[in-house]
Amino acid sequence: MSRKMFSMLVNGEAQTLEAYPMERLLDVLRDHLGLTGTKEGCGEGECGACSVLIDGELVNSCLVPIAQANGTEIVTIEGIANGRELHPAQQAFLECGGAQCGMCTPGMIVATVHLLKKYPRPDAEQIREGLNGNLCRCTGYMRIFEAVEKAAALELTR
Amino acid sequence: MRSHPADYEFVSPGSIGAVLELLHCEPGEWLPVAGGTEVMVQYSAGRLAARRLVNLWDVKELCRITETDTTLTIGGGSTFTQLREHRSVQEHFPLLAQAASWTGSIANQNRATIAGNIVNASPAADSPPALFAYEAELELVSVSGARRIAYTDFHLGYKKTALAPGELLFAIHLPKRFAGWFRYGQKTGTRNAQAISKVCIAGVGRLAEGRVESLHIGMGAVAATPLRLRKTEESLVGAALTKSAIANARHVLLTEIAPIDDIRSSAEYRGHVAGNLLEALLCTFAASKDVA
Repeated sequence: MSRKMFSMLVNGEAQTLEAYPMERLLDVLRDHLGLTGTKEGCGEGECGACSVLIDGELVNSCLVPIAQANGTEIVTIEGIANGRELHPAQQAFLECGGAQCGMCTPGMIVATVHLLKKYPRPDAEQIREGLNGNLCRCTGYMRIFEAVEKAAALELTR
Repeated sequence: MRSHPADYEFVSPGSIGAVLELLHCEPGEWLPVAGGTEVMVQYSAGRLAARRLVNLWDVKELCRITETDTTLTIGGGSTFTQLREHRSVQEHFPLLAQAASWTGSIANQNRATIAGNIVNASPAADSPPALFAYEAELELVSVSGARRIAYTDFHLGYKKTALAPGELLFAIHLPKRFAGWFRYGQKTGTRNAQAISKVCIAGVGRLAEGRVESLHIGMGAVAATPLRLRKTEESLVGAALTKSAIANARHVLLTEIAPIDDIRSSAEYRGHVAGNLLEALLCTFAASKDVA
């Protein structure tokens, strides 16, 4: 099978690239576009380290062949901040100690952004469900949950 | 060993007609891929036998949920997120909305489709028990047209289905006739989130004058296919839900399931949990005030 041309909007920038249709979106982001903030953990849709938004929907980029991302709008962790101004989710993770080794953090933040768009004032259960596809092996999650609550508060006052 | 993308063909015909034409021209040659939550896992692990794949994700005809006064029709490409959020699914088929919310994570639910869940034919899939309970019908399409079969006739054996080469699962039809029925759904997994079931159950029923008038129960992960528990149901229809009737049903259940040992559980544990879940369903049913 030969490579084909694919076009998409990544973090607001139009991108056209040549790839095999079955290349994973995760690999295209990291290897073709140099967007290494999106991490690979399990590579099978369990850990959420590779979370990105496609047309506003939270997805595991390790499970998306690039052909299925053609013509879509993608947001990665690199596109969450507004220039040098951190997104409330990023600010809250910093302030609450919601990150330790950092491997899960980009996915956690992207999942948090998705959650807050759906539920601007999430309750504890919605937070747990919204992040249940994102595994963290350092924090024990409590500070992450606190960070999401704080992010919701920050976003509402923004 | 990870797969190399150059070894795979992946085409996007873009319409149902073009996909069916491709499946027809080279039957058995092309593997349809919708949300990829199953196929891409196998692909990444180097276990995907198929080398030629056809994209269903952009086939809009598959993603419609429509309804009449009597039927809800769910396009095969509807995602679990769409199912759990759809007002009519919530209202008329809450066990299906619940099963959708139990399947994988939010990110998985945004991609995984109902047809994928059915056609992949995992005995442990979460939606089949609810589809059995609601007596779903499947609409299969090919270039020669459409045919409808009862969901109970779809699973033929482990990962074997009634889907013929060249056919696609186009839609799931659900009769809107369970308003006011008793319902019960439960899943036993290693953790609440994102776990594959050790055993799952869904059932709906109706009592009349203290006796079971109707009862449909589906169960997952207790046999080579998802199961409709016909014998267990039959042992209860017409009976009052007494302790002895429930104990007897538990006994009948063990004659129609065939749980196995695997990485997620043991046959013995599964048999025991299956009995417990049935008993919980029946005790809740007995205590329910519902008499339609």
